[in-house]
Amino acid sequence: MEALDILTTATLWAAAVRIASPLIFATLGELICERAGVLNLGIEGIMTVGAFAGWVSVYHGADLWTGVAIAAVAGAVFGLLHGFLTVPMGLSQHVTGIGVTLLATSLTYYTYRLAFPEVTSPPKIETFAPLPIPGLSNIPFLGEAFFRQTPLTYLAFVSVLVVAYVLYRTPIGLAVRTVGENPAAVEAQGIDVTTLRLGAVAVGSAFMAVGGAFLTMSAFNSFYFDMVNGRGWICIALVVFGSWRPGKALLGAILFAAFDAYQLRLQQLAGAYLPYQVFLMLPYILSILALIAMSRRAGYPRALMIPYRKGER
Amino acid sequence: MRLEPRGDAATSAWIIAPLMAIGASFAVAALLVMIGGASPFTVFAAVIKGALGSQFAVLETLTRATPLVFTGLAAAVAFRAKLWNIGGEAQFYAGAVMTAVLGTGAVQLPAPILLPLIMVAGALAGALLLLGPTWLKTKFGVDEVVTTLLLNFVMVLFVSMLLDGALKDPMGLGWPQSSKVIEAATLPKLVQGKRLHMGFVIAVIAAFGVWFINARTTLGFEMRAVGFNPRAARFAGMPINRVMAKTALLSGGLAALAGVSEVAGLKGNLTLDLSSGFGYTGIVVAMLAMLHPLGVVVAAIFVAAMFVGADAMSRSVGVPNYIANVMVATALLTMVSAMLFTRFRLRRS
Repeated sequence: MEALDILTTATLWAAAVRIASPLIFATLGELICERAGVLNLGIEGIMTVGAFAGWVSVYHGADLWTGVAIAAVAGAVFGLLHGFLTVPMGLSQHVTGIGVTLLATSLTYYTYRLAFPEVTSPPKIETFAPLPIPGLSNIPFLGEAFFRQTPLTYLAFVSVLVVAYVLYRTPIGLAVRTVGENPAAVEAQGIDVTTLRLGAVAVGSAFMAVGGAFLTMSAFNSFYFDMVNGRGWICIALVVFGSWRPGKALLGAILFAAFDAYQLRLQQLAGAYLPYQVFLMLPYILSILALIAMSRRAGYPRALMIPYRKGER
Repeated sequence: MRLEPRGDAATSAWIIAPLMAIGASFAVAALLVMIGGASPFTVFAAVIKGALGSQFAVLETLTRATPLVFTGLAAAVAFRAKLWNIGGEAQFYAGAVMTAVLGTGAVQLPAPILLPLIMVAGALAGALLLLGPTWLKTKFGVDEVVTTLLLNFVMVLFVSMLLDGALKDPMGLGWPQSSKVIEAATLPKLVQGKRLHMGFVIAVIAAFGVWFINARTTLGFEMRAVGFNPRAARFAGMPINRVMAKTALLSGGLAALAGVSEVAGLKGNLTLDLSSGFGYTGIVVAMLAMLHPLGVVVAAIFVAAMFVGADAMSRSVGVPNYIANVMVATALLTMVSAMLFTRFRLRRS
């Protein structure tokens, strides 16, 4: 009974929203890339870059929002690398993505070791503080769960609205959605497929990096090795789970995070009966199960992973 | 400028591509070293000396190359059939776990029986681990990249769980490690008193085995056909799903042998830091070898030399050893770019 009572506590849902925030950013980023027809497996490395860039900028005196912006730009740069190799050059998006993740991660670790050679525990920074929204934060339950978060969390939710609006209500969004389905049709409209896809991958990667920055600038206050810890791969599963729609992806991220927060609490409750590793495995297993469940109905963008060359059919 | 297909693959490109990859990785590394305030020449000299400068260094490089040959072969086999197995890390640990289960005294058999038994059991564990995601791919269309990646994390946690419980070393003073494997389950050393072991020889034999399968058997032909053009392969009456399953068994088994060889040949027990990303590095090795099994041996030695050399350089010169990871990743990206020009040429339009 106790195990079910946890589900109705506001602290669980507040934790869920907090855990979901980096996933929301990165899932949106992957969604934008894939909607334009480019699978971006660089996500794990780009999140690592974002986590480091944001944190190190703030450590060197930049203010928090500048740190977020620097993380976004750093992410976009690696996104452009992935985009250049996969869009005009048309290389395998799988292999290139893994390569970008390896490169981004190792460059980050190299830079980190260079900047902090002998430290055993990395320096801490002053992170985003929770910002209760006047009025809304006093609503029972919902106020504690949603409206006493840090500004970056609010930005994550606003981003979902903005991305959904741009994708479905603006000409550029229409072009991005079409280029992932039928690039030749976009070309026929006089829009350059290469530029459009490169732009989408750069913007998407910036979102991923901000997701990474959330880890060092809001969730924790320092940078650690392996801190992204598979979150990027989980976001790829979340994009499929959300069938490439921002709203559904948001829902998926929150459900996933609620499950993650729940398993943490369950660990304390049932830790005596089951090894803690079983609980830590559950989020990854849940992601795989979600992929299986959704795969039958998965409406992949039809040109996903197919390079486009002018005049070729 | 646009890309135009070549009629026939340029043979020169097959030699130029790897050279370009190596050149680019050194150029990027030189830049990073200079940013770090050291001289690239000092650093590269230290890397090469550390990797090849003495008998000890060479043996150490070959020792480090051993698991990479196995995981590189695993990736090469799978990628040739366009089965994107990124789960080499999990399959590696599957083999390592089987070695710890069978090799630490539970089964008492003479070495000529026990060692082959461990290798077969280990390979089988890795093979089955990849069969799951492959089945999900062929049956439900679930992308195997994501499932194999996620399984890596599950497997590491599973190993951690075993090291806290069933496989915990009672004499381990609480460290997460298994007991040592018994004498009969230990791969013999190749050089008395050095770390290089029989696993290296087995890895090279495996490379020749994969080469034979690729070049001389129906399965090899089918794997290539399925990877090259699945629709044409289906049209030619090939059982695609079955070919995929066989590819998965072979690939997963090879990656698992890396784990077997590390436990039975080098470390002696199962630990949580047994793999320094061998599964992922295997992908780079396979791409550098252009998926050729014998090339995998060369590429694995090259990559191992980078890592061993960088470790030694880091101790003497003080530039972080992550430079090796950067070089390897750069080599991967340049290599896939350069390979494009074996199929296309650049034309001004």
